[in-house]
Amino acid sequence: MRTYKFSAMALIAVALVIGFIACKPKNAGNAVSADAASKVYVAPGKYDEFYNFVSGGFSGQMSVYGLPSGRLLKVVPIFSINPENGYGFSEESKPMLNTSHGFIPWDDQHHLDLSQTNGEIDGRWIFANANNTPRVARVDLSTFHTSEIIELPNSAGNHSSPFITENTEYVVAGTRFSVPPDDVNGDVPINTYKKNFKGTISFISVDKGSGKMDIAFQLQCPGVNFDLSHSGKEKSHGWFFFSCYNTEQANTLLEVNASQNDKDFIMAVNWKKAEEYLKAGKGRKQSVKYAHNVYDEKTHTATSEIKTEVTVLDTKLLKDICYFIPCPKSPHGCDVDPTGEYIVGSGKLAALIPVFSFDKIQAAIAAKDYIGDYDGIPIIKYESALYGEVKKPGLGPLHTEFDGKGNAYTSFFVSSEVVKWNIKDLKVLDRAPTYYSVGHLCIPGGDTKKPNAKYLIAYNKITKDRYLPTGPELAQSAQLYDISGDKMQLILDFPTIGEPHYAQAVSADLIKNNSVKFFKIDENTNKYVSKGESTTKVVREGNKVHIYMTAIRSHFSPDNIEGVKLGDEVYFHITNLEQDWDVPHGFAIKAAGNAELLIMPGETQTLKWTPDRVGIIPIYCTDFCSALHQEMQGYVRVSQAGSNVPISYSLGTNLPNADSTTKK
Amino acid sequence: MKKVLVMMLVVVTAYACGNQNGGSTTKAPGSEATTNDNPSYDPQRGEGKFTKVEVAATIDAKLLENGTKVYTVKCSACHKLTGEKLVGPGWTGVTKRHTAEWIMNFVTNTDAMLNKDPKAQALLEICLVRMPNQNVSDDDARGIYEFMRKNDGIK
Repeated sequence: MRTYKFSAMALIAVALVIGFIACKPKNAGNAVSADAASKVYVAPGKYDEFYNFVSGGFSGQMSVYGLPSGRLLKVVPIFSINPENGYGFSEESKPMLNTSHGFIPWDDQHHLDLSQTNGEIDGRWIFANANNTPRVARVDLSTFHTSEIIELPNSAGNHSSPFITENTEYVVAGTRFSVPPDDVNGDVPINTYKKNFKGTISFISVDKGSGKMDIAFQLQCPGVNFDLSHSGKEKSHGWFFFSCYNTEQANTLLEVNASQNDKDFIMAVNWKKAEEYLKAGKGRKQSVKYAHNVYDEKTHTATSEIKTEVTVLDTKLLKDICYFIPCPKSPHGCDVDPTGEYIVGSGKLAALIPVFSFDKIQAAIAAKDYIGDYDGIPIIKYESALYGEVKKPGLGPLHTEFDGKGNAYTSFFVSSEVVKWNIKDLKVLDRAPTYYSVGHLCIPGGDTKKPNAKYLIAYNKITKDRYLPTGPELAQSAQLYDISGDKMQLILDFPTIGEPHYAQAVSADLIKNNSVKFFKIDENTNKYVSKGESTTKVVREGNKVHIYMTAIRSHFSPDNIEGVKLGDEVYFHITNLEQDWDVPHGFAIKAAGNAELLIMPGETQTLKWTPDRVGIIPIYCTDFCSALHQEMQGYVRVSQAGSNVPISYSLGTNLPNADSTTKK
Repeated sequence: MKKVLVMMLVVVTAYACGNQNGGSTTKAPGSEATTNDNPSYDPQRGEGKFTKVEVAATIDAKLLENGTKVYTVKCSACHKLTGEKLVGPGWTGVTKRHTAEWIMNFVTNTDAMLNKDPKAQALLEICLVRMPNQNVSDDDARGIYEFMRKNDGIK
């Protein structure tokens, strides 16, 4: 039987191959190898081998996929409100999106970096940047909740972020737009860029135990556009490298005016030196305004604090912090190999890849091998910093990841391909097409000291015909390559949300065992928690009505509420009494101007509701919870303003007749 | 002809594989018979870590105090202290219907018991809501049992 089965399979395979050849596919389909399906198949009920954390681009969120299957596991809301779970809608979560400009409901999320210890991913947190209203967030990987968001003063367009140092000492944030500093009068003509605009780089410290972020110091730098960055590692630990463009300091039509110089810069930052200056009190205390928001997993509540001071180090006056290294044609990616010796710059308009040597940079600095200065910052001679150039690799290099075996993988936007090359001899080894116009790349641990180079994922900028069309607006296209062999093998396309920029991937073992299953109700210290139905109540405080409510399969307590009047502000504080994995309850009230709630087991969440008319208003559970989920419902009676219907509430008993409303 | 042959082979292959799957059909929760198929299974004790619970003749005040707290937070939403069924059965007489071991095993090992225990499954057929696993600790389970005893009139 077994042999017969095998020969049958072989026959089918042969038939398939014949059919395949006969069709002579002209499209991209022929880039896929025959065993691709078996490589990405994860059987029902089985786990993926890797988590892939993917930036959500203009959605403002982060999505989480399993690899190699490409299955979407979760969208983690960070910088945008999220109707799926009430983030930004519940009273508890609203402060997370507070800024010095007030509540910002939607931002643009570009890059992610997993926390590291000794240059290796430690699986504790992932950091995310908000590109529009500059902020950095920390997501806790035991809850997949956004735990903290810190705003960045003196910044505009936080693109060069949130890259970290090898022990997560710092998360950096380099401003894309140079702007006048926050504490001077910014009401100046736009064309005074050269005189008035400054570039700022923030170093955010991260507490080793709690992860708490704080702006340790900011570097005031010449006015240019900071683009991307990566920290040094091993021998170059203590240094950070930032790509910058618009060294022309143009303030209009940058497409042309910022592409005039043959070379812009990679800026090398000696942050250990900056720490010395900071310790020596060389920083200037600057008066600013920025929000610092923290989510507490015990109160299930976020708080937002506006801070008013930051310490700024002026890199023009304080020597030996910053050095410029010329880099051809508007550099974008700025990537450091696992040994810390090689820094790969990628000029968006270049047809070569320059690779800089950390040792040579150090020697050039020691020898003051400069060709001049740029706004007070020394410029190292290109040849003196250069290890070598990869010649004719493709058109428009953007980003580089590493496999830890001496190879680099660089994306090429213009020529739509990934190119594998050897770092030592700078020879191109392989190239694979992408569909279409690839941006960022990701190898698990590919920007750390210890890459786990089984797969490479390409995040493309253009999707076109890769999936069934869905009108003008399409899902984004990510592509998975097997890189375990000498040649890259395309094995999967999978759609992503928003526009994926930088991403991170890590072995699932580092994350999955720490995942919280539910919140312990004993530890819930929310101000409005109800620990048991006997503690539920409805309390009027002036025109505010606080409803302390519980949810358990399958009823709310109380579920009949009277005495609410027009003009009231009603707060539903709902505690989910369940203590098991995957038993959230939802909460909705008709005509809520403020979405719904999704309450995890042991959590308390609050929905504010302002009744707009007299009548009977239904409430119900929105997350299918048991066989009697459809029974999980109740009513709120809304009376006229000034009505004498008293507050009353109940569960399971009909209240006295409506005409005798004086007593419960 | 080639097509037909391939089709036939597919059918044969599927048939050959059929037996492998046959042994592992999954049972829907509560679909098992309420008789005790497994002679080694003790339906009076249930399944779980509790084999012998020491119970004094009178109520232990400390256990009762803790049990009352746990009942309020984790049980009261579904269980009345009378005989009336709310979501789950009322608790009057519960300590006379089940042993201490069965109750404490059921409270701490809920899903396994619901999948296996004849008495638990019989109750599920009446209530139709699977009792939630409320992650009750061993000590809390003992407290709940003391609270039930008190409710059943033990002084």
